[in-house]
Amino acid sequence: MIILEATVITAGYSKLDILKEVGIRVRDGEIVSIIGPNGAGKSTLLKTIFGLLKPRHGRVMLQNRDITGWSPDKIVKEGISYVPQVDNIFTSLTIEENLEMGAFIRRDDFSGRLAEIYDLFPMLAERKKQKAGQLSGGQRQMVAMGRALMLDPQVLLLDEPSAGLAPNLAAMIFDKIKAINKTGVSMIIVEQNAREALKMAHHGYVLAMGKNVLDDSGKALLTNKEVGKLYLGG
Amino acid sequence: MVELIFYGIVLGSIISLGAIGLSLVYGILRFANFAHGDLMSVGAYTALFLVTGFLAWIGVSDATFGPLSFGWRMLIAFPVSMLAVAGVAILLDRVLYRKLRAKKSGPVIFAMSSLGAAFILRMIILIFWGADSLFYRPGMLRPAYELPLGVKIRPDQVFIIILVCVLMTTLHLFLQKTKMGKAMRATSDNIELARVSGIDTERIIIWTWGIGGALAAAGGILYGVDVQLHPYMGWNFLIPLFAATILGSIGNIYGAMVGGFIIGVAQQVSTAFLMPTYKPAVAFTIMIVILLIRPKGIFGGSER
Ligand SMILES: Nc1ncnc2c1ncn2[C@@H]1O[C@H](COP(=O)(O)OP(=O)(O)OP(=O)(O)O)[C@@H](O)[C@H]1O
Ligand SMILES: [Mg+2]
Repeated sequence: MIILEATVITAGYSKLDILKEVGIRVRDGEIVSIIGPNGAGKSTLLKTIFGLLKPRHGRVMLQNRDITGWSPDKIVKEGISYVPQVDNIFTSLTIEENLEMGAFIRRDDFSGRLAEIYDLFPMLAERKKQKAGQLSGGQRQMVAMGRALMLDPQVLLLDEPSAGLAPNLAAMIFDKIKAINKTGVSMIIVEQNAREALKMAHHGYVLAMGKNVLDDSGKALLTNKEVGKLYLGG
Repeated sequence: MVELIFYGIVLGSIISLGAIGLSLVYGILRFANFAHGDLMSVGAYTALFLVTGFLAWIGVSDATFGPLSFGWRMLIAFPVSMLAVAGVAILLDRVLYRKLRAKKSGPVIFAMSSLGAAFILRMIILIFWGADSLFYRPGMLRPAYELPLGVKIRPDQVFIIILVCVLMTTLHLFLQKTKMGKAMRATSDNIELARVSGIDTERIIIWTWGIGGALAAAGGILYGVDVQLHPYMGWNFLIPLFAATILGSIGNIYGAMVGGFIIGVAQQVSTAFLMPTYKPAVAFTIMIVILLIRPKGIFGGSER
């Protein structure tokens, strides 16, 4: 079953179109990875899906609903959560407060969900009263993902979760992503670390210059000569 | 000297009330509201209207509490005026600043508009009450306690300091313990991420104006109780408010509290060496010095 689909998206920040007729499709329970060079429009695509940018053309469908042009606060209620590439935590709030803000729109008791997030990221549980701004890069990424997971989303959009992390920390974050996916959360992941992103992906997309270049299963893209040469370092 | 420091704390507590609101609004909307001082005046005059007009008219007793210079009328007028000014601040945002936000206006447009709003509020006061100084209780002798070292302290002033401490503690608890307070801090920290999290930032903005307006009203009324009312009182507070806000790191409300006390004490103590008319210059000088040597204020720069 297709849970999220964006079709022929054309979008940009001003007059200029950054995305040109881009499409992406996520099946229920899948990890979909998007790779591509800097400036390809990967972040722009996530922002458009999440309603931070209104597309000039095209549609965003969540299950069978047309959510094109909806505002982020409405989309978040429909079950999509988003972790931005930068500035993705509240630095002056504690870890626990960051997670509470993720659950701001929940009116029910979310202590169970909070406990689940702490189970997933035990490191956060140990420091829940610490200011998020004092944390290291890897811990910040965990806070950011934890915040986004508080609403128990159907689809999670992650923009470069491993950016700027040492290899062992990046590997840890990828493990967490797989663990989150196992709980039934579908995901779109934008990554610079193309090899790791494709390894865990059920399906992968290559984006360049604002256009779809290629899409196939993660495995197929990993063994694709062209992709190997351009994005996997030979 | 001890007396001047005490008077400085009284003045500082009033400056703090205004500076908190200025800082709250800046923290979330990133704009310097030049009308904030005049919200203090509106609060003071709203209370004047209630104390000498409406509450007198409906027959609330004029008696004062023990050694204090005010009674039930003021006790009722105080919270009512806070609510009224909260309403004025929210209204100003809805009819003016929100429109500018929607147009993505630049900081100069915001500054000019808030100057215009300040002017309008002041004119309304001038039209109804004229340009003279007024008192909540004209002709009232205000007895002072003589403490050792020849220090004279008025009971009103002790009351002011206690009340301000209560208001600050309440605000602190609101910001740290309640869901809305935490969301206000989150929005001030990163408004984009607040939106991404589904927080209704427009509602947060309304709360921010309401709290800022209410505290400004409290400051204005307490200044009226301590000194006098004047249509330019709030406007004259603007420099000390900005000095306190910048000193305490703009956007940081705890900094604004501390900054307010520092500016108040500095202003009062300066009168031992300078003519009292130079008080605003003292605040202005501190502000310039801070901007030159530590533009992020004494609490800035450690996070982010
Ligand atoms: N807020 C913005 N306003 C205007 N142009 C922008 C904005 N953000 C990005 N762009 C432009 O849009 C294009 C695509 O940017 P985008 O951030 O989507 O790329 P990306 O694929 O995510 O790259 P990276 O790997 O560097 O994160 C770039 O040319 C960039 O300069
Ligand atoms: Mg990007």
